[in-house]
Formats: sequence, C-alpha cells, structure tokens
Amino acid sequence: MLSPVILIPAILNGLLMGAVYALVALGLTLIYGVLHIINFAHGAMLSAALFAAFFAFRLFGIDPYAAVFLLAPLFFVLGYALQRFVIGPASHGDDRNMLLVTLGIAVVVENILLLAFRGDTRTINVPYAFETINFGFTFLAVPRVVGFAVVFAVALVLWLILSFTDTGRAIRAVAKEKLGAELAGIDVAHVYAVTFGLGSACVAVAACLLIPTYYVNPTVGNAFVLVAFTIVVLGGMGSVPGAVIGALLIGVVESLSGLFLGESLGQIGIFIIFIVVLLVRPSGLFGARA
Amino acid sequence: MADRMADPLLVVDRVTRRFGGLLAVNSASLSAQKERITALIGPNGAGKTTLFSMISGFLKPSAGDIRYAGEVITGEPPHRLARRGIARTFQIVQPFGGLTVLENILVGAHLHHRGRAEALATAEEVCRYVGLHDQLDRQADTLTVAGRKRLELARALAIEPKLLLLDEVLAGLNPSEIRDIVPVIRGLCGRGITIVMIEHVMQAVMSLAEHVFVLAEGKVIAEGAPAQVAADPVVIEAYLGHGAAAKLRASHAH
Amino acid sequence: MRGFIPIVVVVAVLASVPLVIHSNVTLNFLVVALMIALAGQGWNILGGYAGQYSFGHAAFFGTGAYVTAILQVRYGVNAWIGFGAGIVCGAALGGVIGALTFRSGLRGSYFALVTLAFAEVLRIIASVAPITGAGVGTLIHLDLGARAFQFQSRAVFYWIILGLVTLSLVVARLIKQSRFGAWLIAVRENEDAAKALGVDTSSVKTTAMIISGAMTAAAGCFYAQYFLFVDSGIAYGTWISIEALLTPIIGGVGTVFGPLLGALAVRLLGEGAKLVTGDVPGLDLILYGAVLVLVIWFTPRGLIGGCAQVRGWFARRGRPAVPFINEAGHG
Repeated sequence: MLSPVILIPAILNGLLMGAVYALVALGLTLIYGVLHIINFAHGAMLSAALFAAFFAFRLFGIDPYAAVFLLAPLFFVLGYALQRFVIGPASHGDDRNMLLVTLGIAVVVENILLLAFRGDTRTINVPYAFETINFGFTFLAVPRVVGFAVVFAVALVLWLILSFTDTGRAIRAVAKEKLGAELAGIDVAHVYAVTFGLGSACVAVAACLLIPTYYVNPTVGNAFVLVAFTIVVLGGMGSVPGAVIGALLIGVVESLSGLFLGESLGQIGIFIIFIVVLLVRPSGLFGARA
Repeated sequence: MADRMADPLLVVDRVTRRFGGLLAVNSASLSAQKERITALIGPNGAGKTTLFSMISGFLKPSAGDIRYAGEVITGEPPHRLARRGIARTFQIVQPFGGLTVLENILVGAHLHHRGRAEALATAEEVCRYVGLHDQLDRQADTLTVAGRKRLELARALAIEPKLLLLDEVLAGLNPSEIRDIVPVIRGLCGRGITIVMIEHVMQAVMSLAEHVFVLAEGKVIAEGAPAQVAADPVVIEAYLGHGAAAKLRASHAH
Repeated sequence: MRGFIPIVVVVAVLASVPLVIHSNVTLNFLVVALMIALAGQGWNILGGYAGQYSFGHAAFFGTGAYVTAILQVRYGVNAWIGFGAGIVCGAALGGVIGALTFRSGLRGSYFALVTLAFAEVLRIIASVAPITGAGVGTLIHLDLGARAFQFQSRAVFYWIILGLVTLSLVVARLIKQSRFGAWLIAVRENEDAAKALGVDTSSVKTTAMIISGAMTAAAGCFYAQYFLFVDSGIAYGTWISIEALLTPIIGGVGTVFGPLLGALAVRLLGEGAKLVTGDVPGLDLILYGAVLVLVIWFTPRGLIGGCAQVRGWFARRGRPAVPFINEAGHG
C-alpha cells in the first residue's frame, strides 16, 4: 500500500482534485472576507451550475471547457442579482439573518433541482474524459490536469482584479473597513453584490471543470461545499492563498484517506479535521485572528 | 502627591500591550486612590482605551501586572472582574438595543441579586439615581445620546462596583447635558466608588479629577494634580505638537 | 404566576381537541405538528433567547430517536427508560458541543457551521454503523401497550406529546422570568456588554445548549415511539434541522409560544401545498425555504412579532413616534 507507485499518483490526484476544491473554496472565502458571512447557498449554486453545464453540453453540444466562457458571466450576473435584490434587502443588514436567508435559498434551489431532475445521476461523455497524459513516472487524467491549470489561471485573474482594478480596490476597502468605505463614497451594496457574483462565477467555472469526469445530481453541490467549508476554515476565512493551499492539502488528505480508509470514512475524516480546526485554531492557517 | 497613606485600590504596573508590530501601550503605570476620581487623558490614539480594556479583562497585557485591592488580576476574564467589583463603560456605547431601559439595567442588577423582585428594585433605584426614571420602559435604541450615556452609566452602577472605569462618558454631550451629569459622577465617590475616567472634555477633568495621568503614544508622560498637568510643557507638546510649548510661552511673553 | 395563565388556557383548549375531533388524519397532523413544536422550542431556547443560531439541531433529534430505538431493540431496555435515556443523551450532547464550541469563542457563522458539521458527521456515522442498522435503519417491534410506550389510540399519543410541549412552554416561561433568562437575552443582544456586567457567557450559552438539546431530543424520542422506524436520513437529516429553526422564526423567535404557532403554521402550509399540487416530494421543503426568506424579509419577528407591530401601529393610529427633540431638557 505504501509503495511510491501507488502513493505518488494518489498524492498527485489529490492535488489535482484539490485544485477544483480550491476554486469552490475561493468563492466562499471571497464572500466571507467581504460580507463576513458564510454563504450557505454556495453548494446549491454549484449543483445548479453543474446542471447548467450538463444541459449546455446535452442540448447545445457546448464543450464544458468552452461553456466556462458562457456560464461564468451568467452565474456572475445571477449571483450579483441574488445578493443585490434578495439576500441584501431580506437581511436588513443583520449577519444572522443573512445566514438564514442563504440557508433558505439553498433549500429552495436544491429542492427545485431535486423536483425537476430527481435524484438520478447523470454524466456526460466527452472524448477526452479518459485520456491521460504521460508524465514519465505516472499517467494523469487530462481533465484533471486541465482543471489544475485553469484554477491557477482563475486565481491569477482574481488576484489581478482585486489588486489593480477600481472595483477590486473597493472590494478590499469594504472587506477591511465597511463603515469607512461607505463614508468614502463606496456603494457597499454594489460591492457586496459584485463579490457574490465573483464567488458564483468561481463556482460556475468549477462546475465546468468537474463535469467531464464527475457525476451530476442535486446533492453533489452539498458534498463539495462541505469540503469547501473545511478548506476555508483550515486556510483561514477570507484568505485567498489560504483557500488554495488548504484545498491542495485537503485534496491530498482525501485522496490518501480514501486509499486507506475507503469512501465514507474518508468523508468523516474531513469533518473531523473541520471540527478540530474550528476548535483549536479557528483563524486557520492564514486567517486573521477574529 | 497627597494621601500616600492609603493603599491605592487599583495599581497598573508597567503594563505593555503589543498588536503585532504596533506597541499600543508601553510600560504604562498608574494608580487610583480609593473613593477618589482619577483621570486618564491624552491625545487620540494614545492607548487609553486599550489600557482600560486590559484593566477590565477584555485584553491581556503583553507584559506587566494589574493589581486590584491588593490582588493580582492580570488576565482574568471580564465577567470575573465584574464580580470582583470592577465595572466599565464603553467608549462606543453598547446598549442592549432591543430591551427597555429597565431591562438593560436589570441585567446588571442580577449579578448580585438572584431573585427578580430584588433585582428589579435595585435596577429602579439605580435608574432613579442617574435620572432615567421617566424612561424606564423606553426601548434602549430609541434613546438620545445623552440618554444612552446615562444608561451605560446606570448599567455599570447596577453591578454595585467598587471601581468604575468611565471611558469618555461625556463624549457627544452638549454643555448643558455635561453640566447635568457631572454632579451625578461626583456623587458616586460619596457612595464608596473609586472612579478612573478617560476624558477629553477638559473642563470636566479639571473640576472632577483629583489626580491626572497623561498618556501619549502608549507611555505615561506626566501625572499630578489637574492644574499642574495642564501647565506641563511636555503635556502641551503631546497635544499640540513639537515646539508648541515654546510658542505658547513666547506668545504669553508679548 | 400571572405569566402562566396563557399557557394554561392554550393547553386546556388543545387538550380538549381529541374529545371533539375523532378523525385520525387530523389527530396525526396535530401530533406531528406538536412534535415539531417541541423540537422548535428546543431550538428557540438556544437561538431565540441566547441568539446562537444552530443549523444542525438534527444532531439532538436524531440522538434522541436512535438512543430510544437502539436501547429497546438491541438491549431490551424498557421503552420509557429508553425515552428518558434519549433525553439525557441529547442534553449531554448539547453540553459537549456547547463546551467545545463556546469555550473556543465560536460565534455566528462559525457556530452555525459547527452545528451543521456535527449533524452531518452523526448522519454519516449512522448510515454506516452496524448498531444503527446502517442503511436499513432500526425498526421497533409493534407491541401495543402502555409498558412499551405504544398505544392503539392516537389520542393517547396526542396527550403525551401535548404534555411534553406543555412542559417545554413552562420551562420557556420560567427561563424568561429568571436571572438565567435575563443573562441569555443579554448575551444575544451584546455579548461583550454582558461580560462587562458579570455574565459568564460561555457557561450560560452551554447551559442553554444543554436544555435545548434535551428538548429537541425529547421530540426525537417521541418520533421513534410514534413511527416505530428510524434511519439516518430521518434522524439526522436536514429536514429536521430546517423545521426546528423555521418554526420559531415563523412563529416569533424568542417568544414562548412562537414555536407552537410556527409549527402549526408550517405544517398547515405543508399540508395545504400537498392538497393543491398532490404528493410531490420535496415541495414542502421548497415552500419552507421560500417562507424562511420571506419571513426574514418582511416579518423578522415572526407571527407574534407581526401582531405586536400591527397592534403598535393601531395604538399610535398614525401619530408619529415620540420625536427626539422632546428629550432636550432631560437626557
């Protein structure tokens, strides 16, 4: 079991999977960093995005990697509208209410998906789904490698946006000091909505990356998002590098524990890490102390 | 310095507090005599509220000790200190917004009175003392600034403290409101309460405080009677900037 | 004593229902509604009074249900003792989670997450552990008779759950007029200010969680006895976490009767939807989610709060609220 021939691919696969987790976690941590709430609707968003990518392929023949350019903007708009016109007004500025509202939305979206598509699992077939690239010492699946690359590209784009655009600066200002930003004339409701939109766009990209090799059903989003919660807490709420590093770590842990413990116990392992981190070091590896 | 005979109720002994690279409080020492009013003044950002937070248990000092009634209390949590008799008000008032004035004060009164009837009686008495008895049933977040300050004071008094830390309790009040509340504060010493107050309203400091400590950039730069401190060139520099003391002297000479 | 009169009146009215209504369908509906009300009152103690919103109250419900079921089925323990044991376990779980999370200073979002995680962990464990029957679940053998806590007549079940709900109402009322209650509410409104007034906030929150866990576990124990079947999705599923928080919020978070009112309203909504659209699975949850959002949006203080709002509006009858300038002379 411990031979490098098995371990190394497991670790590498863990890293590749971790990259996709990173994308989901990035969205979550961005939203937390700015709005200071955990978006409980994130999982439902992912499920919806997966279905969107699925139908883009099935009905219109759009390749998932091409669908990124369609779905990312679409989900940005959706996320923006959701925060601006539903979550924001409904919460009346109270954090606890915002939690409840995102929870409500999650329940509604998930169950609508369940209603419309039932619990059946669907998959798509793309020609490159099972192709592998030979790296010399091991073979790695093409979709996973592409996914890895795309995630870093997205992270880079996000970093560029946050560092060099006016909107990015506004987002960072609101994240640091909301009242001050408001007094400086920044439209906080707009910034919140843009952040939510960016988080949702990340989720849409993640869905496109997942769909060549993963199955689609209404509850998948939940499974992913609970892992994403763990990552965000491990890496530090609001920390972008934390989300990426935490995700890679968790990806590897999951891969290895799946190897040694089997599927379901592997899941519990993630939760235990989650609870332990929350209790021992809630600020995570890179987060600011609360 | 008068009254060295009695032991001070509160002794802050070379307390330091760091926030990452920032030295907010730098080996500050002060003391408060029993049943007297001691003032802590200084320019904005001097570290006064940080010091209060450490005395009241909300922050732990990075170094140094705090002694209350002879015992070391450094690092004890706020609720334990409250039970010992240390009360504080907050610079930015923190009412229990959704509760009425009476309910707010009741929470404090309950500390030493388990039964509701007893606690209510204590709360009402405190309410009367600070002058809020005609607003018992008003919701706390509908009060004016002056009302909220009185409520903040009332709540702190309800826990029957021996040491009261007032953090800018006069901020935001107009002159007539200040005139109304000063006697209330002064009267507290007669009830056996020792007061340490952070204040910017100099007229109040002059008339209320018997001993003043000046904090600037985390360090105690002067202490003494109010008039003494006000004339101290080091203090003037701290407030008005480098060379200000000399300028003032020069302009007085003309 | 005066505060208990509404409870007496309401309970008396509810208790007389089986004497007048004999329809099993209606009684069943009411039994389930009351059970949800009990679970919701548990949530209310922690969420409504102490302001700590748990998203995983299924953890307590499921523990109560499983402990009751497993003790009977695998260890032959008497049903009533099993019931009590389930409540005790729920309380203990509340103490454990509370001690762990509150001593670490977790609040708000983090607290919601941790409770969600605990519920999920328990669900996963229950779905694979042999002692719970794993995927198949645990079935309690039919054994009608008071000794086995199983009754032919639905009315008896109704009175039992009503008794438990009454107990929960009394506890809620007692807390509200006690020092503990004042401290809980202080913690909810402003935790730092509460600390400065001598409130040991983590201890107070943990105690609230113990009481909360016990109440919701009791609802779970009752479920097991009434339906005689428990599996991981029923015991620890999101459905009960959602209903436990939805009912107090709809009825009036932080009030004594909120969960009861909310439970009746929520269940009526669910049944009404079923009548209109047929037995579509998941439709009730969609409705619940939408109602949650709408209630928070438009009547955050729930039905009871909404009534108070309307009453206040009528009382003022369009007269503006007291303006600040009246305060000029006396602060």
